[in-house]
Amino acid sequence: MSDKHIDKISGVSTTGHEWDGIRELNNPMPRWWVWTFYATIFWGLAYTIVYPAWPLLTSSTKGLFGYSSRAEVVQDMAAADALRSSYVEVIKGKTINDILADDTLRSIAVSAGGAAFKVNCVQCHGSGAQGSSGYPNLNDDDWLWGGKADAIQQTINHGIRFAGDSQTRDSVMPAFADVLDRKQIQEVSSYVASLTGTAADQSNIAQGAVIFADNCAACHGADAKGNRELGAPDLTDAIWLNGSGEAAIAAQVKSPKMGVMPAWGDRLGETAVKELAVFVHSLGGSE
Amino acid sequence: MKHGSAIIGLGVATFLVLLAAGFAYDAAFASHMWVLFFVLLISVVVLLRRTTFEPALVINRSAYMDEPIRYGVIATMLWAVVGLLVGVIVALQLAYPELNIEPWFNFGRMRPLHTSGVIFAFCGNALLATSFYVVQRTSRARLFGGDLVWFVFWGYQLFIVMAATGYLLGITEGREYAEPEWYVDLWLTIVWVAYLVVFLGTILKREEPHIYVANWFYLSFIVTVAMLHVVNNLSMPVSLLGTKSYSAFSGVQDALTQWWYGHNAVGFFLTAGFLGMMYYFVPKQANRPVYSYRLSIIHFWALIFLYIWAGPHHLHFTALPDWAQTLGMVFSIMLWMPSWGGMINGLMTLSGAWDKLRTDPIIRMMVAAIAFYGMSTFEGPMMSIKTVNSLSHYTDWTIGHVHSGALGWNGLIAFAALYYMVPKLWNRERLYSMRMVSWHFWCATLGIVIYAAVMWVAGIQQGLMWREHDEQGFLVYSFVESVAALHPYYLIRALGGGLYLAGALIMAWNVAMTILGYQRDEEPIGGAIPAMQPAE
Repeated sequence: MSDKHIDKISGVSTTGHEWDGIRELNNPMPRWWVWTFYATIFWGLAYTIVYPAWPLLTSSTKGLFGYSSRAEVVQDMAAADALRSSYVEVIKGKTINDILADDTLRSIAVSAGGAAFKVNCVQCHGSGAQGSSGYPNLNDDDWLWGGKADAIQQTINHGIRFAGDSQTRDSVMPAFADVLDRKQIQEVSSYVASLTGTAADQSNIAQGAVIFADNCAACHGADAKGNRELGAPDLTDAIWLNGSGEAAIAAQVKSPKMGVMPAWGDRLGETAVKELAVFVHSLGGSE
Repeated sequence: MKHGSAIIGLGVATFLVLLAAGFAYDAAFASHMWVLFFVLLISVVVLLRRTTFEPALVINRSAYMDEPIRYGVIATMLWAVVGLLVGVIVALQLAYPELNIEPWFNFGRMRPLHTSGVIFAFCGNALLATSFYVVQRTSRARLFGGDLVWFVFWGYQLFIVMAATGYLLGITEGREYAEPEWYVDLWLTIVWVAYLVVFLGTILKREEPHIYVANWFYLSFIVTVAMLHVVNNLSMPVSLLGTKSYSAFSGVQDALTQWWYGHNAVGFFLTAGFLGMMYYFVPKQANRPVYSYRLSIIHFWALIFLYIWAGPHHLHFTALPDWAQTLGMVFSIMLWMPSWGGMINGLMTLSGAWDKLRTDPIIRMMVAAIAFYGMSTFEGPMMSIKTVNSLSHYTDWTIGHVHSGALGWNGLIAFAALYYMVPKLWNRERLYSMRMVSWHFWCATLGIVIYAAVMWVAGIQQGLMWREHDEQGFLVYSFVESVAALHPYYLIRALGGGLYLAGALIMAWNVAMTILGYQRDEEPIGGAIPAMQPAE
């Protein structure tokens, strides 16, 4: 089968071999293909001269311009820092209230804080700072630990019930399952629900008020308006962190859920925390 | 006694596996060994029921050994449907996280089930079946090794079952496309060496003076995958009766080894092996000679030499040293033309037969496959350019890229090869229905176009959102906002995948009916052939 054979349709000779009826034409390689291949090889060699490429025993060729991706990152970061340097130093040197008083500084801090919020805070508080069950909404005017700018700054800096920070905001609500019986818990839950007009069982309310005064008022206040010194929530504003309604309130009384927020001061630095506080303060419900 | 040694061997193995389950070092290993125990037990029972003590039939040793290929064709079809179905499920899991069923069917475990299901189960079986088919016919020799061929086929299926069940049980090395743990890797190594022996043995005893180009590609695929698999999976098990093992490499060396493997799994499993498929089935179906012998030689050697260095482009802008990143990118660019050599040879082989596109949906499928091959082997080098990569990396653009390759090139060329082989393997005059092949072609092509286009848009949008910053240099979007923005694209992607799966189901029906010996009564595609007119 080594005799030359001409393909009738193309008029090109074959290589003379045949496998299971398949022959191969003797066509040359397309010129454009060959030249493009050469061009990529040429370009490839040129590129390896310009950029670091060829490994040597303990290092590699450095290229014509000494390019290094790490150096490039450092350079980019330095450029970004330089861009911000005009106000970073200013923000660093001012108190948060000074920043709020200065429109230009405040708008810069809001952008910077917003960016930091997207990276560090959205995981719990949501990308619109709207929160979710167990994680407070930061847009409303209901503040557990205070809604003034410096209070927010303090919370972000040191966190809430965060074991690694001695200045963290801390308080514990006792589990009343050990103190009150099932009926009493039902009664006090009805009373708390009645404060926002959602009580199901009116007959429990009078007795519940007595239990509240004896057991709960110390932290939540006689008027149930809460106490920010202790992070005790206002129970009259119809904003519920762990679910509304008597059943959810009873569950919280029996065995309270208490949120933990990390301290960000050490991780992000004083300036970033200040900017974050300005951003959160700008969300609308601040004081 | 028929199957005598197989029954004894499997029986002993079943008992040993039971012991392994009993003395397992960790709970996952015990579960996995129980799975293996039942698989082996069923195999023993099936073989016992099929055994006879009558004298063995005399095998015609001059005929081709086609029975394992018939099994391979059915396995290919089965795993295609399974792999694509899991793909549609994981696509929907990304759109609707509620569909994650913990712990066995969450995305983290289902995703390798999909990738391995498509790459190793579907494409792997297609490679096994077609390579056995092609090497016999182009060498004019019966497969070498006798029952070793059956060992390769069933051993490979066992590997697939062990890999798949392992993923669902949470057993993984965490290496992309090489997730199975050490004991499954060892098993695959044994099977793969047997595969090499069968293939190489057949080539060595060939009756043809020359080795056909398809066999060069198949051989390079088998040899290189053996090397990649062994090196990337070098690891030390914690216990010989436990699942966990630790890689022999650490840090960036480990990452580079993994992507040297990962990229060449694409290069040799999904490119070289499938080019072998193309080089046989396209000339056969078109009944035309291969366009250029010289091109096939040059692009073969260029492809296998250049591909092996391109892996570092998966690690741009990481801890990998700059010199290695540069070389990964440069070799990827140089790989463009060698890849296209296959496309040119495939498409130009059809010159003189282009009219068949109108009447033969199998040719149409092959042309679409080669076109998608050309497109993704242009897109790949482009994405390896660092500037492009800084936008495309980690985004859905990459997902779109691999699917235009996997669905477009691997899927369509494998389907076309199956359509070619099925009537011949089962001695049928023709397929059950050519019109259903045409339906399959359009479902699949539309599905790929939807899938790839929507992932380009999604990926580029994702990349732009991640890097978007305001004039003061602050990021504009949080990560989760980019996730939410992709929801509509994920839905459309699931639609594209669903269409592709629908095409495969049509094919499964068509293939099953052909095997069962039915022929659908239908008008030929392109209308009835007009009567010849005398020349004027």
